[in-house]
Amino acid sequence: MSKEKDDEILGKAYDSQLMKRLLGFVKPYKKYVVLAIVLNIVVAALGPLRPYLTKIAIDDYIVKSDFDGLILVAALLFGSLIFQAVIQYFLTFYTQLMGQKIIFDLRVKLFSHVERLALKFFDKTPIGRVVTRVTNDIESLNELFSSGIVMVFSDIFIIIWILIFMFFMSWDLSLVSLSVLPILIYGTFLFRRKVRESYRDVRKHLARLNSYMQEHVSGMNIVQIFTREEDELKKFHSINGDHKKANIDSIFYYAVFYPAVELVSSVAIGLIIWYGGGEVIQGTMTIGILFAFIQYTEMFFRPIRDLSEKYNIMQTAMASSERIFKLMDDETFVHNPENPKELRDVKGKIEFKNVWFAYNPDEYVLRDVSFTINPGESIAIVGATGAGKTSMINILTRFYDIQKGNILIDDVDIKEIDKRDLRKYISIVLQDVFLFSGTVKSNINLDNPEISLERIIEAAKTVGAHKFIDKLPNKYDEKVMEKGSTLSVGQRQLISFARALAYDPQILILDEATSSVDTETEIIIQEAIQKLLKGRTSIVIAHRLSTIQNADKIIVMHKGEIREMGSHQELLSKKGIYYKLYQLQYKDQEVTKTA
Amino acid sequence: MDSLNKLNKYFIRYKSKLLWGVLFILISNSFQVYIPLLLKDSIDTLQQDLSYSKILQYSLMIVGAALISGVFRFLIRQTIIVVSREIEFDMRQDFWSHIQRLSLRFFQNNSTGNIMAHATNDISAVRMYVGPAVMYSIDTVSKFIIVIAIMISLSPMLTLYSLLPLPILSYLVYKLSKKIHEKFMIIQEKFSDLTTKTQESFSGIRVIKSYVRELNEIDSFTNISKDYLDKNMDKVKIQALFMPILYLITGLSSIIVVWIGGGMVINNQLTIGEITAFVAYLGLLIWPVIAFGWVLNIIQQASASMKRLLKFWDENVEINDSEQTRYTINSIKGNIEFRNVSFKYGENHTEVLRNLNLKINSGETVAIIGKTGVGKTTLINLISRLYDSTKGEVLIDGNNIKEIPLKVLRRNIGLVPQETFLFSETLHNNILYGKPNGNESDVIKASTISKLDKDVESFPLGYQTILGERGITLSGGQKQRASLARAIAIDPKILILDDSFSAVDTNTEEEILKNLKEFMKDRTSIIISHRISTVKDADKIIVLDNGEITEQGTHDELVALNGIYADIHFKQLLEEELKELN
Repeated sequence: MSKEKDDEILGKAYDSQLMKRLLGFVKPYKKYVVLAIVLNIVVAALGPLRPYLTKIAIDDYIVKSDFDGLILVAALLFGSLIFQAVIQYFLTFYTQLMGQKIIFDLRVKLFSHVERLALKFFDKTPIGRVVTRVTNDIESLNELFSSGIVMVFSDIFIIIWILIFMFFMSWDLSLVSLSVLPILIYGTFLFRRKVRESYRDVRKHLARLNSYMQEHVSGMNIVQIFTREEDELKKFHSINGDHKKANIDSIFYYAVFYPAVELVSSVAIGLIIWYGGGEVIQGTMTIGILFAFIQYTEMFFRPIRDLSEKYNIMQTAMASSERIFKLMDDETFVHNPENPKELRDVKGKIEFKNVWFAYNPDEYVLRDVSFTINPGESIAIVGATGAGKTSMINILTRFYDIQKGNILIDDVDIKEIDKRDLRKYISIVLQDVFLFSGTVKSNINLDNPEISLERIIEAAKTVGAHKFIDKLPNKYDEKVMEKGSTLSVGQRQLISFARALAYDPQILILDEATSSVDTETEIIIQEAIQKLLKGRTSIVIAHRLSTIQNADKIIVMHKGEIREMGSHQELLSKKGIYYKLYQLQYKDQEVTKTA
Repeated sequence: MDSLNKLNKYFIRYKSKLLWGVLFILISNSFQVYIPLLLKDSIDTLQQDLSYSKILQYSLMIVGAALISGVFRFLIRQTIIVVSREIEFDMRQDFWSHIQRLSLRFFQNNSTGNIMAHATNDISAVRMYVGPAVMYSIDTVSKFIIVIAIMISLSPMLTLYSLLPLPILSYLVYKLSKKIHEKFMIIQEKFSDLTTKTQESFSGIRVIKSYVRELNEIDSFTNISKDYLDKNMDKVKIQALFMPILYLITGLSSIIVVWIGGGMVINNQLTIGEITAFVAYLGLLIWPVIAFGWVLNIIQQASASMKRLLKFWDENVEINDSEQTRYTINSIKGNIEFRNVSFKYGENHTEVLRNLNLKINSGETVAIIGKTGVGKTTLINLISRLYDSTKGEVLIDGNNIKEIPLKVLRRNIGLVPQETFLFSETLHNNILYGKPNGNESDVIKASTISKLDKDVESFPLGYQTILGERGITLSGGQKQRASLARAIAIDPKILILDDSFSAVDTNTEEEILKNLKEFMKDRTSIIISHRISTVKDADKIIVLDNGEITEQGTHDELVALNGIYADIHFKQLLEEELKELN
């Protein structure tokens, strides 16, 4: 909801604690940093060297008509140029590489962290926001690492080298020509500040424009139903106009700044000609020095401009890293036992002992639930929506921990079993089938190399999915689009059945889907379910008559409690809750079955 | 490039300002190119005259020329770039005005994100052409012509040699930025892979955790990140060439001047002042040369963006007044008739409504009930002409709906859509959305009928409460009631409620229905619902199944019929019983 706001706030440009943590990620690449700094010192000298060489060319050779000497200097100039170009290339390459590697490390670390968080975290956090942290926020740190940290040195070294050469040639002309420097520095930083402010203004209006468009495209039917097109166009005119005005305001600063910089450097040139020229006339200075100084005035500007830009980079980086580290510090884990008991040859006995469970403190969705399922038994759970059926399966695999009572598997409390072990023995087939983008094959074995293609095909054959998969152009290698949008509802379900079967769990939990499929598919699915449940302990949240009829035992949930338990016929004859539920949810299926 | 011709009408709109801009470019450049000549004169003076007064004069002239050139450079941005913002504004305005007239079908076929991308990115890309590209093109060409003319007048040979490397630079900048753009597009793609992977992995976290595939997910994420890194480095490999090439070629030109020019000085064919001027001129030419390659790319991108924009612009306005429209019709009584109406969403789609016949008289309340996807919403969308029927006709007061001016039709229909949509505005403005000139008493009246008034009393700002992101979030039921109040506020002749009470509890619903009964006395109402309690008191209940009317009559008649309606009725009674049970 307030995500945009969250992401818009830009705070300070430097926070020592955040910076410390960030630098921690630079540490593995210390060598790169050292290399970059050394290359920087070298490359920074080469640019300012050339005007000096030119001075030598003019004063020592051209004026003295020494053609051979001139060629030598030209060759030197050329050499320094090539050298600078090559070093510059590697410098850029390595600093970028370092930045990219750090970004990569950070991203993988953050992703791995989130991947391990408990479901509770995902319940309370919008997915979109977490995705932004892993993608965009990390991306915005790139500039800090690749051009921020290292390039600051580069700019400073260039300035230092220029000063060295200038003062070496003539300290008084240096002072005269550098007299404009404070104006240049002040002007540049002032410009940056103004541009930043006006850019903020532009962004504010752009955000308004975008959210207006976003909202009104989504609600266009309302605009049209209430015939508000003309009024909305007027409103759009004003928002669009504000955006334009903000942009035109920012043009002003650019329009002033760039000509002003040229003017300042022309003033410096004027000073050099006037003061230096006077010294030339007096014979205390050479033309070559004048020539070199004129070139230095133009060289000064770029590093100063670059330095002024670093503020923005820092500010964005600090804001992003704060959000990233906040996520990295989230500790919503389901804790693993310290000395887990090992489970061997799981038989599949499940026991709930006076289980109480709440998602939010004191709002119990399961109250004092107790039952036992013997190995190989098939249990159906029925109940109206909100009766607590889904919660029963959520706690069995420790997606959530219960508040009171015990859950035992083969008489071992699940809190004493390694989470990973526990989940290996229990497979869950969820109601809304989630397919990943990839292939049919990768959706069945979930990229587990231990599950071979043969086993995949076998599983698919058993659940009746092989038939349609075989008809796909690329069979098991057929691409599955995001969320499986190219497959039908029934096909998606069959794939998720095949997935569960391929993993061959001792205990199977099935949350039957309610969505309607055509009769033919329905029959295939019903058969598939029976095959899936055969020979293993299973818990089914049942929506199908055939499933409850085949179950060994039916548990009737109502408002978080077990209210009735027994076989289909027993429960029917009771004429209680089950009887009502049966008429509401299952009776129709009898009709369609006979029809 | 043809697509960019469509921009001419905008250029013509601002032609005088643009012409001034061109004039300013010429003036600014004339003064700028004068500075190197002044440098030359001053250096030559130092070698021959040794005159203090001349030196002072030259240095003042340099500053003066820079000042004048700078002032005009300021004016260039204030004209040409400002015009580009004006044109951007106009284009966006035209775009929006067109979009607003497109029918619901368009919005269902194009995602919001897609439309937004055109309105922002594509228009921005075109602006880059209109502003910077035009400015730099004229600047480059004019500066080139003047500078080269002067250089040739100083020394044709040195001009030739020193400019030799520059076309290569232009060419390389063009090629490199094109390549960089290509790589950039690949990176964008990889970034979207990365986003998709993250999105999927977090959305599918239950499956991943169920099958203990976390480590595998981390591996595969690592691979995608690695791929992203590699693709980024592919770009860096090319991008890192940019600055070195720039140094190399411009530096080469300067060296040529020092080397060959220096030789000419030694042979007395040239003065040192002239060499200084040459180096300064090269400095002036570098940026235009770079800009040239860059501008070419902008033009290409702008042309592609313009093409995409034109596709939107060419989209037909499907539902609109036509020659059939009779503007003499300015009110509606509320008799509705469907005559053999069929509808499908597209050529290859199946029919959602089939040969439907239905007559609703002014003042009647008709309820429609049926499973999801049987065509209930489609049916009522035809009454507001959000879609037009494929076959047959819809009549209102005996007139074909297409003969009624669209504004008259829609102003008389209060539609409460299934998906509640409120704007992030005050509650007041939302309720008066269809009646902007209404007052506080209209708001209160509509809210009282829809039972929103009591809720609003508990808001500190009352009806001035802002909704949505910047304000408060209403509950689902409050939203539905606000949406209902909005429809009531326009004082409609026909009120249509599309499953508008799904989030309202049954007691409140009953009260609202009671209030509506009074309000709807001489109006026509159509109510779609899944709840028997909502529809049971309607004058007529219609059961829709598979695009056809299968049952119709009053509640008692339909219960007696023992069909779909009776079944729904029975189940809802059972559900009630279960809920009551403790």
